[in-house]
Amino acid sequence: MATTTIVVGRARAHRDGGARLRRDRSDFKVALFFIAPAFVGLIAFYVFPTLRGLYLSFTEYSILGSPEWVGTDNYERLFADPLFWNALVVTLQYVFINIVLQTTLALGLALLMHRVARSTFIRGMLLMPYLMANVIAALLWFWMLDYNIGIVNQIIDWLGMPRVAFFGSQEWAIPTQAVINTWRHMGYVALLIFAGLQSIPNTVYEAASLDGANPFQQFSRITLPLLRPVLALVLILTMTGSFQVFDTVAVTTQGGPVNASRVLQYYIWQKAFAEQEFGYGSAIAVILFLILAAVAFIQMRVLRGNESDLA
Amino acid sequence: MSETRALVTGSRRRPRRFSPRQIVPWTLLVLAIAVSVLPFYWVLRTALSTNGALAANSASLLPADVNIGSFLRVFGLQSPAEALAEGGSGASINFWIYLRNSAIFATVTTASAVFFSSMAAYAFSRLRWRGRDKVFGLFLATVLVPPIFTALPNFLLVRNLGLLNTMTGLVLPFLFMTPFAIFFMRQFFLSMSREVEEAAMLDGARHWRIFFQIVLPNAAAPLATLALLTFMTQWNEYFWPLLVASDDSTRVLTVGLGVFKSQSPQGAPDWSGLMAATLVSALPVLILFAIFGKRIVNSIGFNGTK
Repeated sequence: MATTTIVVGRARAHRDGGARLRRDRSDFKVALFFIAPAFVGLIAFYVFPTLRGLYLSFTEYSILGSPEWVGTDNYERLFADPLFWNALVVTLQYVFINIVLQTTLALGLALLMHRVARSTFIRGMLLMPYLMANVIAALLWFWMLDYNIGIVNQIIDWLGMPRVAFFGSQEWAIPTQAVINTWRHMGYVALLIFAGLQSIPNTVYEAASLDGANPFQQFSRITLPLLRPVLALVLILTMTGSFQVFDTVAVTTQGGPVNASRVLQYYIWQKAFAEQEFGYGSAIAVILFLILAAVAFIQMRVLRGNESDLA
Repeated sequence: MSETRALVTGSRRRPRRFSPRQIVPWTLLVLAIAVSVLPFYWVLRTALSTNGALAANSASLLPADVNIGSFLRVFGLQSPAEALAEGGSGASINFWIYLRNSAIFATVTTASAVFFSSMAAYAFSRLRWRGRDKVFGLFLATVLVPPIFTALPNFLLVRNLGLLNTMTGLVLPFLFMTPFAIFFMRQFFLSMSREVEEAAMLDGARHWRIFFQIVLPNAAAPLATLALLTFMTQWNEYFWPLLVASDDSTRVLTVGLGVFKSQSPQGAPDWSGLMAATLVSALPVLILFAIFGKRIVNSIGFNGTK
């Protein structure tokens, strides 16, 4: 849930974490005892599987028998695999729609909350969708967007427009998944931005008003630049999360119709578990890993998300 | 912003709510709230209707033909014949088992991960040893590894240990720590006053005593917040249980929901049953939210400085 907030805090954590203790002796032995369980978890379920996953991506391995080294075969095959490229394109579409839709709506919502309502109750109601599992959000909208008797298509019908096959048509499959995801995350992202808005001191706005800045100028010259660290965090969250979309696709469209919603993670799952091609699945997972690392790196560099102009 | 304007115009305490300039923002906000909350009502309304009546009154705002058959179906209390008659699949499904499994999975992993993470956080904030910040950095770096990437090898590990479709295999990867929990507790420990601990240290108390008798009790509030957040994340987990717990005895709610959906008759899905199942799955988190809502809301936006 809040795992990802770390990204922002890391630089800070390093800064004040270091040299606060000045004691003569080292506590190494005691420390060993305290971190032992967490360290076992780190090695056994993060470090080891990461290395093993890398290794498997260079092998052919159908769950039975043992992995067989095939060099870069999987990667060569991958670059020639139209379904892989399709998965990449489809995932990018999904990521793009999410970024635009979710960030815009959440920013608007945060500004509204900041301006007219700061009550915890209102924030709580906006947060409710985020607390639901992806599977629940998916099923809820699978019903509401049903072609025949879903309430949304009823409304569309009343308005005199043609019904939309949200899950059944190739052009709508990905936008629909993105809308479900936006519904679930909008309130959460708005709360993150709202917290950022509250950290901007009022004196900045007062000074701007005295200098004759209109609200629009205040927004573009003060609010947006000072929100940069929060917006950088939100973009990283949205992008890394969206690249890993799986749950909603798995319970609603299962990659279809045809290949319209076969996103990367679904394709990995399909290859590794449905078709027992662990090596090939791992190779696609490596690509996904590289994409995510690049995204995080570029965003921290370009947006300088770990530095605040308020400090 | 409104305060700024009030200062400029000189009226300090302008009533906020009834200013005509705020009609538009309030309308938009109410709209956003409606979009967030009303679907939950629609789930309830559907669950309380019968499938036949739903098709006939698809737009009625109240439940059509109020009935709790769907809930009986979800908990396996209807005979296959009854279920078929009401539009169900007739396949046996029992959400009690899934509810129990989800509860065990989320509770055990939360308790264990929060405890071990707090221990590690203590070592990263209160103890002094070489390489401390580097090891801490290594722990944090794991958030960059996408779960799918480690899930494949972890699946192989659990399978090789012969733990597929066991509760042990299900909880295993989540027992030891989460990077977020370590980060979260470490931030709190760093902000905590050290005076009592130092006094205890002078009295000869050892670290484990200080940790259990001073640090943990004083950290009850952040521990509770962390436990809530972790519990909800675990409750909603789908991918890992899908891989390692596919049979009926270890299946959790999220996976059960997917199975229930895929069993539903293709042409005329059992909407009423599906929404009843959805509601049952959502209810525990909704109840937690009703009780601890404020704590959860205030934890969003936590970035280590508050």
